[in-house]
Amino acid sequence: MSEWIAGGLFVAGATLALLAGVGVLRMPDVFTRMQASTKASTLGLGCLLVGLAIRHPDLSFVVRAGSILAFMMLTTAVAAHVIARAAALSGAPLWKGTVIDERPHGDSPGLPPSRPAPGAESLPGPEN
Amino acid sequence: MLDVAVAVSLTMLALAAVLAFVRLVRGPTLPDRVIALDLIGVLVVCILVVVAASTAQRAFLDVAIVGALISFVGTVAYARYIERERS
Repeated sequence: MSEWIAGGLFVAGATLALLAGVGVLRMPDVFTRMQASTKASTLGLGCLLVGLAIRHPDLSFVVRAGSILAFMMLTTAVAAHVIARAAALSGAPLWKGTVIDERPHGDSPGLPPSRPAPGAESLPGPEN
Repeated sequence: MLDVAVAVSLTMLALAAVLAFVRLVRGPTLPDRVIALDLIGVLVVCILVVVAASTAQRAFLDVAIVGALISFVGTVAYARYIERERS
């Protein structure tokens, strides 16, 4: 029974990681790619580690799996925030369908004004 | 049954790494490439976890811990580099 649960968790985690890969390839700008990568890879790795802990319920495996899970849960959010901040400060182009951009425009010397993507029409994205 | 699940999982993780590598090559800006590289690091950790589960070797988990640490430090360093490159 535990083998079935562990196998199902492995396949679920790998599916989420594959969705992260598809999202990184298909999303239209830096920030949407970042959220696709971060969210799905964190949950995917969580599923894989829970499956590992169910498959091998030894103390040494469970402690290592828990430490990897806690570390990734903490650092993935921090790394995503740091990349997004660097991308925003370096003036990365936004997707043309972006609804809201709360950065101040022009009147703050630290922030460059956000600009639309140069080849926005050719970027992949939802068609409608 | 678990062997089939491990094989399917490893195939999907490898496919995800290929997709992230395509974004790493194509990425129009530097943050895109950093995100793709970060995702490849996470996928390496995922593959190590699956291999550790299928072979019951604890050493793979130690390697996964070290890989996660280095991936995080590398991502933060790349982000600092992008911010400094602006000025």
